[in-house]
Amino acid sequence: MKLKNWKEVTPGAVITEAGSAIKFKTGSWRSSKPVWIEENCIQCLKCWLFCPDMSVKVKDGKRTEFDYEYCKGCGICALECPGKKGKKAIIMVEEGK
Amino acid sequence: MAKIVAVTGNEAVANALRQVNPDVCAAYPITPATEMMQRFSSFVSDGKVKTEIILVESEHSSMSACVGASAAGGRVMTATSSQGLALMFEILYIASGTRLPIVMPVVNRALSAPLNIHGDHSDAMGARDTGWIQLWSENGQEAYDNAIQAFRIAEHMDIRLPAMVCMDGFIISHSIERLEYLEDDEVRNFVGEFRTLNPLLDLEHPVSYGPLILTDYYMEFRKAQAEVADKVARVTLDVAADFEKLSGRKYGLFDAYRLDDAEIGLVILNSAAGTSKDTVDEFRAKGIKAGLLKPRLYRPFPYREIGEALKHLKAVCVLDRADAFGGSFGPVYLDIATSLYAYKEKPVLINKIYGLGGRDYLPQHAELVLNELVEIVKTGAVKSNKEYIGVRE
Repeated sequence: MKLKNWKEVTPGAVITEAGSAIKFKTGSWRSSKPVWIEENCIQCLKCWLFCPDMSVKVKDGKRTEFDYEYCKGCGICALECPGKKGKKAIIMVEEGK
Repeated sequence: MAKIVAVTGNEAVANALRQVNPDVCAAYPITPATEMMQRFSSFVSDGKVKTEIILVESEHSSMSACVGASAAGGRVMTATSSQGLALMFEILYIASGTRLPIVMPVVNRALSAPLNIHGDHSDAMGARDTGWIQLWSENGQEAYDNAIQAFRIAEHMDIRLPAMVCMDGFIISHSIERLEYLEDDEVRNFVGEFRTLNPLLDLEHPVSYGPLILTDYYMEFRKAQAEVADKVARVTLDVAADFEKLSGRKYGLFDAYRLDDAEIGLVILNSAAGTSKDTVDEFRAKGIKAGLLKPRLYRPFPYREIGEALKHLKAVCVLDRADAFGGSFGPVYLDIATSLYAYKEKPVLINKIYGLGGRDYLPQHAELVLNELVEIVKTGAVKSNKEYIGVRE
């Protein structure tokens, strides 16, 4: 993305484009990442509900793979995940391992 | 038709605010600005204005509420003094950086400690680099006139910056003067309808205020803000020209009093300039070519124009009603010195600190300083570059 010069920026840093946060990718902040284990997933969508960003993608009412471009690795999804029969469907794994 | 009245400075500015009839006012009382907001809140209670008044729990909150209301799309004002302005400090930068045209009369008062309620300039001087426009006022008339013009300057679509209107605490705020008021409809037509820029309440065009701007963009926003500051002088002069047509009263970036052929001169802000002008007249009557420069638009500082106006003098004293502790000289001195630095031929410059905490500035002080300038021109010897005057040694 070409960065704007000082003549092109809006007065007072006001953002006039709705939903433009989608352009700001923050996945590189992460030190550990959530990993989805599909066989333990009951599709309760709690992870989608609790994700503070937009890293849990839902298609046709069912969650799919994580979108790691926006995931900062906060771990809320893994904490909230009820799993199946005591087995978590989301676990946190340290990045770079 | 102008209406002639006898009113205090606070009363005059409160009346200007009534005539402008802003959408929102968030204020917290502080001496000596209290009376202004007290009078304005009476206008609200009596239905003389449609302003929504928000009584907040501190000045940090009053400026924060002003920021919110201004971002929402309203014409917004508040007023403060001294510790109140100091408590707003964090939000002052947010108002200017977000380019919100809030107008705020500042009734200049000394800062604690020691605790003091009287007039000096240390409050507004502390806020001189916050990105706010500052108009300074010699008397109640100029404070009234500046308050009206401040809305036009701040809200100009090329500017969109907040503006302070400074006037001396008690000396101006609480003294009764003869003033000329404009008619209500004249003021309303002069300031015009408030024009919004990216208002939060325009639900058809959603916007975000206050985003995080990191290393990749912060300098671009700051450069844009610096460039806007350069346009303020032109807009101030345009607004002053319109105001002169309406009122017959002429204002510029500064007041150059008997300066054209002057050899010695004083640079001094606000009410003490009035006192000094009388002494300048006395020196002129004695055949001494004295003059005076009183900055009006102090921020952004019109250093080119002021340098041009002063460069031909032989000796100039800058009188500061605030000190810059730990710095070299008083704040106004530093601005005048930088305005003259570019010139090969320039006046000898000295600095006097006067009137702190409301200490009286009398004609004999101006006389003392002008006599010292006469001696400097005669002998070329400077006895002291910076000195407190009117203090017990």
